[in-house]
Amino acid sequence: MIADLAVAIVQVVIVGAGAPLLVGGLRTLRARLVGRRGPSPWQPYRDLHKLLAKEVVVSATTSWIFRVTPYILVATLLVAALIVPVVTLRPPLAFAGNIILLVYLLLLGTFFLALAGLDAGSAFGGMGSSREVAVAALAEPTVVVAVFALALRADTIDLGRIVERFGGEPRLVANPAHLLAFAALFIVMLAETGRLPVDNPATHLELTMIHEAMVLEYSGRYLALVEWASAMKLFVFMTLLANLFVPWGLSGSVGVGPILLGLLALAGKLVILALAVALLETTVAKLRLFRVPELLAGSFALALLSVMAVFLVR
Amino acid sequence: MNLLAYALIVVVGVAAVGVGGYGLLGGVAALRLDWLVPLGGLDLVLDPLGGLFLALIGFTAVPVSVYAMGYHDGSERGRLAYVVFVVSMCLVPLAANTMTFLLAWELMSLASYFLVVHDRTSRESIQAGWIYAVMTHAGLACLLGGMLLLGAETGSLRFADWQAAAPALTATTRNTAFVLLALGFAGKAGVIPLHVWLPLAHPAAPSHVSALMSGVMIKLGVYGLLRVSFDWLGAGPTWWGATLLIAGAVSSVVGVLYALVEHDLKRLLAFHSIENIGIILLGIGSAAVYHVAGHDALAVLGLIAALYHTVNHAAFKALLFLGAGAVVHATGTRNMEAMGGLIKRMPWTAACFLIGSAAIAALPPLNGFVSEWLTFLALFQNTHLAAVGQHLIFTLGIASLALTGGLAMACFVKAFGITFLALPRSDAAGHAHEASWPMRVGMLGLAATCVALGLGPTLVVPALGPVAAAVLRTTPLASGAEGLTLRVAGDFASLSTAIIAIALALAILAPLVILRIAGASRRSRAYETWGCGRIVQTARMEYTATAFANPFKRVFDFFYRPTKRLDIEFHPESRFFVERIEYENPTRSIFEDWLYRPALHALQAGARAATTLQSGSTNLYLAYILAALLLMLVLA
Repeated sequence: MIADLAVAIVQVVIVGAGAPLLVGGLRTLRARLVGRRGPSPWQPYRDLHKLLAKEVVVSATTSWIFRVTPYILVATLLVAALIVPVVTLRPPLAFAGNIILLVYLLLLGTFFLALAGLDAGSAFGGMGSSREVAVAALAEPTVVVAVFALALRADTIDLGRIVERFGGEPRLVANPAHLLAFAALFIVMLAETGRLPVDNPATHLELTMIHEAMVLEYSGRYLALVEWASAMKLFVFMTLLANLFVPWGLSGSVGVGPILLGLLALAGKLVILALAVALLETTVAKLRLFRVPELLAGSFALALLSVMAVFLVR
Repeated sequence: MNLLAYALIVVVGVAAVGVGGYGLLGGVAALRLDWLVPLGGLDLVLDPLGGLFLALIGFTAVPVSVYAMGYHDGSERGRLAYVVFVVSMCLVPLAANTMTFLLAWELMSLASYFLVVHDRTSRESIQAGWIYAVMTHAGLACLLGGMLLLGAETGSLRFADWQAAAPALTATTRNTAFVLLALGFAGKAGVIPLHVWLPLAHPAAPSHVSALMSGVMIKLGVYGLLRVSFDWLGAGPTWWGATLLIAGAVSSVVGVLYALVEHDLKRLLAFHSIENIGIILLGIGSAAVYHVAGHDALAVLGLIAALYHTVNHAAFKALLFLGAGAVVHATGTRNMEAMGGLIKRMPWTAACFLIGSAAIAALPPLNGFVSEWLTFLALFQNTHLAAVGQHLIFTLGIASLALTGGLAMACFVKAFGITFLALPRSDAAGHAHEASWPMRVGMLGLAATCVALGLGPTLVVPALGPVAAAVLRTTPLASGAEGLTLRVAGDFASLSTAIIAIALALAILAPLVILRIAGASRRSRAYETWGCGRIVQTARMEYTATAFANPFKRVFDFFYRPTKRLDIEFHPESRFFVERIEYENPTRSIFEDWLYRPALHALQAGARAATTLQSGSTNLYLAYILAALLLMLVLA
């Protein structure tokens, strides 16, 4: 119980405190790749600090939905941080609904954020909400089928035990089914966290944006919470990918040593994954909105192939 | 008089819950009155499955009737039909022979028909009633055919005798009976492509009746499908279960796709009923396939998922229809494009509708999430099957359930956001009034049920387990409940919605504490919505439901096949000034274009061809009779 609580606190602190650094690091990497100096990786912390000091401007059109949404959004991601194996093989809440819970918990956040986008009555908010839920809905089949492909071979949908199983049997990782599932989830990760080529996190050109249009009305501490939550979503997704597909460095036992080792391994994996994302983002252009479904359909095909590969190879 | 009818139904509902609960817990009771009904007499038997559905009817009818007390809608005739409707529904799951069953079934259909056409001045209602009457009687004809076939082959009209005789029947008889009965019940349940009546009939009825039709009546179709697939005919070949699974996958996706582009609030909810029936069928179909393959434990899991979703859907769909009824009552329209901003004028209704929306969108920790989670788990178990074809069907079932979940979330963002948020889009919406107290009590009761069913799977699953085991005639399994955690399929998966709820509640406090510690500014200012420098914000600048659904219309245009019509009227002096723009972007129904219209044309052509036989001459008709008689004698 005490150990679970300790792991819970460690995981929440790593995800909560590390998320802005991941976003900042990605920005720095992208800037360096195109030959700019770019901001410091610590810039997101300064931005959050600045936002916290500002007053909140709330549209008089909005209702209580608009004001509670930032809190609910942050809450869903803090709970998500307890489901994903971050530095140990025993995430404290993995038992409470497994990976399906993770998927639907993220949908809960999207649901409220999309409602908040509609709440102010501006056309931008509605446009962002509509596009965000479209992307989230179309990504859903890929996520669940890819997860099924993993569960099929690990014989469980408990994330900690999936990682443990794959870590113990390297031949399960070096397998076409595993690589196909990775490709599918990687595309979904880009779509769900609003990265290129689906959405451009750096743009503020209203007609092309998805996520930024939806949160346009937020300011001050509310905006800080929403931005923090977006960063945590990216962190959780990338951690999940890193640990599912490179399932080493995590330990089943709880102690200062194993946790530090796990943290080091996680940092290494995230740097490599972030480099991959940054490379991709500097080489591709943003897709037209109505080409995004084709990309997601492609990712679904990959996930389905992954499942079929498991059945046919068996 | 108004109150009396509904109070009577509250009493009937409580009694139904009592009797049904007794049956659910394993109690057995039978009532037989040979003189009351011809051809077999009135024959009622209480068993676990019937008990569950009886309790479900009672449990839904109570809050709905309380709501109806404050609704002040409907005539004397409507209240009588309502009483007959609920009582006949209660008889259906108890009926133990063909005659009793068909009488109760037909009484239920007729009473609901009168409730659908309650507004006798509206062409739309009459049309809806007409299509409903045709479809429900086509279904009845199928049921009658199937039941008479079984009666003739087994020599008895009692259901218990069919169970005993089923293994001895030929495969052709069993398959024919299955197809006929399944078609009849699937029509009542609103399974694609037999769904056409549902989105017309449910919204036409008064809202408390819509709540019962969508929440409970179509579930009796599910009840029938369960009886046919597992009980009356015994375990069938694999294709029965595979067909149900595919029908479920198609119904769930098609139902939600139609709901997405629907902007009549009640019709939107009716389309979601088709979707949820599809989800229930995914559970039933998987159970049937596992049952035939000999995996009884997995079959029980699939059936528990289906029954759980049946109960959940009754709770949240009734809640949503009651909420929609309050909105329609307050604004006088069902068109979402004329609503908006109602959360400020109707806070209670909005809160209840939000809970219902989150539940139907399967968001944790509410009840829809629990049953969809169980359905996912049941489908995930297909690794235990042998054939690759079955794996593919189950995997597509998983994908369609996931897509349905995502699209349902999107659809209820639209339904709640456009109806309740932002500025009112019409005067009526701007002057809406909150629902009366009895209506609020009814909605709050159902909202509390949704929360309770969501937090308590460790209590509900052990209660449903014996029912599922009784249907499959296996021994009940260990419940899997350990404290607040539910274990499924050994170590495969576990669920604890109570823990999730506690974690979420604590996690909402976390940002409050963090903001305080970080010394965040607490100042807040109310101002207008940012609008690129426009002078005043009006409802015309808001995003509409049509615009919200447009990405989906474009992504799935192969399914919607939208047509576009743009009509611009220019000012006579100059083409630079537009006087009026009319824009229409309707979708077309594949099922009407490719199935019902050709079928109707074929029927009409056949009828026209048959007119050549009818000359009007009596002598010729006498000759027909003679010829028919001779033919019969030769054949005999």
